[in-house]
Amino acid sequence: MTPVSLAPLGEAPAAAPAYVRRFDAKTRALHIVVMTTFLGLSATGMPLLFSDAPWARAVATLFGGFHGAGLFHRAFGAVLLGAVVFHLGDVAWRAFVRRERGILWGPTSMMPQPRDFVDFYRQMKWFVGAGPRPSFEHFTYWEKFDYWAVLWGTAIMGAAGLILWFPVAASRVLPGWMFNVALFVHGAEATLAIGFIFVVHFFNGHLRPGKFPMDLVIFTGAVSSRELAHERADELARLRREHALAAYGVGEPAPSAIRRGFLIGTMALSIGLALFALIVYAVVR
Amino acid sequence: MWIRLLCSVALAAVASVGTAAAQTAPKPPANDDCLACHGDPSTKRDDGRTLAVDAAAFERSTHGPMACVDCHADLAKLAEFPHESKLQPVKCGSCHDDIASKYHDSIHAWAKEKAGLIGAPSCANCHGSHDIRPHTDAASRVYRARVPETCGSCHAGVNEKFATGVHAAALKKGNSQAPSCADCHTAHGVQRVDSDTWKLKVTGECGTCHAQVVESFRRTFHGKVTELGFASVAACADCHGAHDILPARDPKSMVSKARLVETCGRCHQGATEKFVAYDPHPDPTSYARSPVLWWANRFYWLLIPGCFGFFGLHSALWFWRSRKEGGR
Repeated sequence: MTPVSLAPLGEAPAAAPAYVRRFDAKTRALHIVVMTTFLGLSATGMPLLFSDAPWARAVATLFGGFHGAGLFHRAFGAVLLGAVVFHLGDVAWRAFVRRERGILWGPTSMMPQPRDFVDFYRQMKWFVGAGPRPSFEHFTYWEKFDYWAVLWGTAIMGAAGLILWFPVAASRVLPGWMFNVALFVHGAEATLAIGFIFVVHFFNGHLRPGKFPMDLVIFTGAVSSRELAHERADELARLRREHALAAYGVGEPAPSAIRRGFLIGTMALSIGLALFALIVYAVVR
Repeated sequence: MWIRLLCSVALAAVASVGTAAAQTAPKPPANDDCLACHGDPSTKRDDGRTLAVDAAAFERSTHGPMACVDCHADLAKLAEFPHESKLQPVKCGSCHDDIASKYHDSIHAWAKEKAGLIGAPSCANCHGSHDIRPHTDAASRVYRARVPETCGSCHAGVNEKFATGVHAAALKKGNSQAPSCADCHTAHGVQRVDSDTWKLKVTGECGTCHAQVVESFRRTFHGKVTELGFASVAACADCHGAHDILPARDPKSMVSKARLVETCGRCHQGATEKFVAYDPHPDPTSYARSPVLWWANRFYWLLIPGCFGFFGLHSALWFWRSRKEGGR
């Protein structure tokens, strides 16, 4: 049914719904916004970061030259900043106003847990053949790293970007040499973010064996209980313990949702890898 | 039949007369033939302008060994003196063709040939005519130190400004590296200075001497945008001036402490003392120049390779292990 080829996962767990809700609509929308703006920011920022590359002018011209690319860059940046601020507000609202449990601490939280260090240690042992494939909870350590990397990156690059966007206003509180620091940090952090997303996140989330060519869960929101049992047996066990499995059960994603996710994912992965190829060319040429 | 024969005889007669005429044609006039009239200092045109040529100066000139009619080519077949008063203009490009094609694309040629600006220069206005010396000769109009004076014969205001600047001072001192007009504007292909292409190109020209300064400029937003090929942000001359460049320690300099707020403020309306603490030529490897930038550079030089190294290895191991276990 799914266009994604998967190696055998083993038996479906007994007495479990076929699919389990992993990401709600808000989270999926947030990923789409972050993904789109990130690709846009990369494409419009790279001509300046690699201004001596032979493709730089052509890519800038694609967005209407330096001025057009600058306008798009600021627009994408503003939307990304807005999305992150909205997300932080939402987290704060859920944690402090609605007093939801499991937001700031616990197995469903993005907060690093002692368990993450154990997970990492077990994963390393598995990598080198000194232990079995570990089981994970709701979020793995590399997923948390991705999440915090986006928050850290947006905070740093957003702050630096705003300084560069409004230099005269910024100079009321900051000395002018902070523009130098801001530009340097913006570029260095961009190098880090682009390399991390287009290589590490793409591999961990989508391109690695078992997920290749992509994991559709971020687009459909649902993970099959077979896959959950294979990757996150500890989460499945906890849901059983808490008698919450049925509450999270959902139907198989509609073929249209799968097609849509596959299309969006293919486009995003292609653009990202193409941009990364341009950087590799600019660096090694 | 006899008519045809008659015609052939007549044709042959005409041809033989022609050949005979060619054989007796006069040799091209020698320089002495020309100087018979033009060597006399009192030779004048009807309108009173002199027609005299200083034979000694011509012989000392770079074209000294050449014949007058090598350049005044329309007189090469002259048989009778005096010749017509209206001659064809001398075509320097018949020998100096690469230079002529550069000139042809220049603003000077455009002004002269297309816009009909009679004051616009062609070769002789800068090089002279009968006394042309090589540019390495201190007596030449286009000798490095004399170029500003030559260009200044039209661009007097620019020359006046240039004379106050640091480049003119170095030129006067005999610094052979100091730029004169042609180093930035080129000698023959002079372009309009309000075009983007010129502005972007001249930054590289400053860099032929000020290499490190331009390299540090390339690290800035201004430097990157101009490198990308867009001229809407500041390049060298926007901050330093063009002809009257002065060192920053001179209070009259555009980049002196006293004038920085004004200079930056030309683009950044509302710039303050605090704003102009910006470093337009940063060096992240110099702790003394900017400690914070130095630390930022250090930090990212650890973070980026650290991050990529760690997760690169992580991914490689993962890939290897997954393949070993059948793709899961």
